[in-house]
Amino acid sequence: MKAVSFNFEIHQPFRLKRYRFFDIGNDHYYYDDFLDDDIVTRIAQQSYIPAAETLLRMIEENKNFRCSIAITGVAIEQFEQYVPEFIDLLKKLADTGKVEFIATPYAHSLASLYDPEDFQIQVRVQCEKLKELFGVTPKVFRNTELIYNDDIAPQITAMGFKGCITEGAKHILGWKSPNYVYSAASSPKLKLLLKNDKLSDDIAFRFADTNWDAYPLTADKYMDWIAATPSEEQIINICLNLETFGAMMPASTGIFQFLEALPRMASERGIEFWTPTEVVSKLKPVDELSVLHTISCADEARDTSAWTGNQLQREALEKLYSAGERMAAITDRRLRQDWWYLQGSDNFYYMSTKHFADGSAHANFSPFESPYFAFTNYMNVLADFLVRVDAQIPKRASVEEYGSLLKIISNQEQEISELRRERDSMSRSLEQYNVEHKDKEEEAPAEAPAKKAPAKKAKKDEAEAAPKAKKAPRAKKAAKAE
Amino acid sequence: MFGWEFPPHILGGLGTASYGLTQGMSQCGNMDITFVIPKPWGDEDRSFANIIGASQVPIAWRDVNRDYVEQRIGKLMDPDLYFRLRDHIYADFNYMRTNDLGCLEFSGRYPDNLLEEINNYSIMAGVVARTLDFDIIHAHDWLCYPAGIHAKQVTGKPLVIHVHATDYDRSRGNVNPTVFNIERDGMLHADHIITVSNLTRQTVIDKYGIDPAKVTTVHNAVVPLSQELLDVEVEKPKEKVVTFLGRITMQKGPEYFVEAAVKVLKNNDNVRFVMAGSGDMMEKMIDLAAARGIADRFHFPGFQKGKQVYEMLKASDVYIMPSVSEPFGISPLEAMQMGCPSIISKQSGCAEILNHVIKTDYWDIDAMADAINAIISYPALYNSLREEGLAEVAQITWDKAGQKVIDIYNKVLQNY
Repeated sequence: MKAVSFNFEIHQPFRLKRYRFFDIGNDHYYYDDFLDDDIVTRIAQQSYIPAAETLLRMIEENKNFRCSIAITGVAIEQFEQYVPEFIDLLKKLADTGKVEFIATPYAHSLASLYDPEDFQIQVRVQCEKLKELFGVTPKVFRNTELIYNDDIAPQITAMGFKGCITEGAKHILGWKSPNYVYSAASSPKLKLLLKNDKLSDDIAFRFADTNWDAYPLTADKYMDWIAATPSEEQIINICLNLETFGAMMPASTGIFQFLEALPRMASERGIEFWTPTEVVSKLKPVDELSVLHTISCADEARDTSAWTGNQLQREALEKLYSAGERMAAITDRRLRQDWWYLQGSDNFYYMSTKHFADGSAHANFSPFESPYFAFTNYMNVLADFLVRVDAQIPKRASVEEYGSLLKIISNQEQEISELRRERDSMSRSLEQYNVEHKDKEEEAPAEAPAKKAPAKKAKKDEAEAAPKAKKAPRAKKAAKAE
Repeated sequence: MFGWEFPPHILGGLGTASYGLTQGMSQCGNMDITFVIPKPWGDEDRSFANIIGASQVPIAWRDVNRDYVEQRIGKLMDPDLYFRLRDHIYADFNYMRTNDLGCLEFSGRYPDNLLEEINNYSIMAGVVARTLDFDIIHAHDWLCYPAGIHAKQVTGKPLVIHVHATDYDRSRGNVNPTVFNIERDGMLHADHIITVSNLTRQTVIDKYGIDPAKVTTVHNAVVPLSQELLDVEVEKPKEKVVTFLGRITMQKGPEYFVEAAVKVLKNNDNVRFVMAGSGDMMEKMIDLAAARGIADRFHFPGFQKGKQVYEMLKASDVYIMPSVSEPFGISPLEAMQMGCPSIISKQSGCAEILNHVIKTDYWDIDAMADAINAIISYPALYNSLREEGLAEVAQITWDKAGQKVIDIYNKVLQNY
């Protein structure tokens, strides 16, 4: 018995517009809507929509086919704005029950490395969004760009996930195979599903490469390879960006036909399709896996150097997350939105200077001419953002001080609500009293006028008491000031 | 090789480039280089090339004895060579203003009678070409093209010309027809043309109508700076300093720098701007800075020489070269060597080989102002450009350029 688990990632960042330093403090809108619209619509037409339709057909035709999708919150927001029909397709996929939705940080951020609290919030909000749109509750987690290390594992467990998809990095696995389930060393309850690099990249990068000795790649051949893996190796995780189909590999390469033929070729060889949740529930971990240095799916090094490799990136990240503590206390809707959009890992990817050396993929995806422009632009935007954060919570007022103020406010709220409750119960008992006495009144009408008067008085007292309770803290403050 | 300038007595980038290239070629080995310049001063570095001064080449016979020659020009030329050259005078040039040794006087600069001097240089080249034994002729820039052509016609040896600039760069399109003709004549006679950037290559092909197969780009490089220059001590001013260094002429786009400065100063008052150098637009620029109301922050220290240049670069936080059309532009490389981040225009040849600089269009003063502000406001950007820039510029060496030129020589000689 052998199974393949397909995981498709969908992400589109909010791209920053050209933002000059003289815009700082004057212009608080940072995004290039036109560019976003252009790119998202184009990729949806070329790739996302035909790919989703293909998946639907596959599910219809072959009852064994299953897969999983990890879509980021920011991508959902863009589809809602520009290509709502794609959201409908996703809903259809969700309704088949054969497609599992995977949790992922809302903003495609690096928060797992820099701001654990915000990381948690992002995952929570993402799950809520999935629940709201598709009526599903994710059980397996996949971090931004498959980032993972031993410190992140306990956080994922704490959020209630049973499994986590991450990179089958060679330098972590060594002689081990990615085709098993492992458990996290720092949190043994968490099961790790490792991406099979070779088989994933065969589709993502080599599919249309005519110089590749395995060209042309057919579904037949591909499933042969999977069937040829040692029989003890039960699960093969293929992680692909959904853009691979139609955008990175144009439709003319035959990539959609390849995808569509996979289920049939698999059934012929007795290979099943599992969702990550099935994998987690069916298989036991064979070993613990410890990851001391963060891994990811980017570049040859499979580490975080694509986003944190040079000092520009580190500076930008440091400045951004320096606002983290204060952002936790800020509820302003627009600020919170910018806070997440600015965390998008793409912003830092554009600043990578690696492509000067090895001509890797960085430059291809960047809307900026050079990493230095990307940095300058981002820092200008960030400067404006920080000015706005400062306006809400001044930097000089230390967060502790601010925290204690917050505490006072919440204490006072508590006090007010207690007083209210007291008042309510008092008025309730008063009513009861009245009712009781009404009965008596009927018995002894002569006493009535004497009893009514104090009842009214009591009510009046209460009415006065309520505003007094509200006023009380202010009075306290005044006393303090004196 | 025929050149016009040679360090240490240089007026622009031409001398530096000729020097670096010659040195780089000699490092590649197995080559005798004779470099002819109009007027040597005696303090040139002669370790890698045999330097002949045009003002010591006789074009008219004078009956002088060896001791006299030794005493007159011994510092500059071996008397034996003088007599060998004297044996190859090919016509009677006594009607010209020759001196006691039968030589012409050259200023070695760019005097008003430049065309006359170019002509004289070409006459002198005939003598040199008849005297020496060589395989190939290499002429640097238009001033030397006539000399190169003459040498080629006399000896039948192939001519390679090196285009360091064209008149289109110098004049923003309003070319001087005389200069244009000299340039085009050189290009037509040349067996191969070397340009210092793809930008210049395109100009040569488009504007002068030259066969693209005959034109090859060899980017300039830089000579590593001596420790003494790297260690120059300067007092860093309190404010950030943004520097423009070069001739203040139309070609260099100084007005865009002033306008960008206005934009920066509106939002950032912790910065000073320096426009060092001289040129025909200097007064206009001073007026402009005053009219924009930034004269208190915009300074004109005038022409900088030798060590002053490096002191200035060391004290600067940003170097800017907004040239409208720059065939190569060696100065940003020097700034990078001093660890000063550079902003250059995309219309500069050096933009083709530099990664760790900020490139903007020369007219895009918004982008320029933004880049200036970013470098002085974000230390990570400053440090990154500085460190990566140092590493990058260390890789741009003349021996690589020299090897490319040698490869071109071999190709030309093969087909000749």
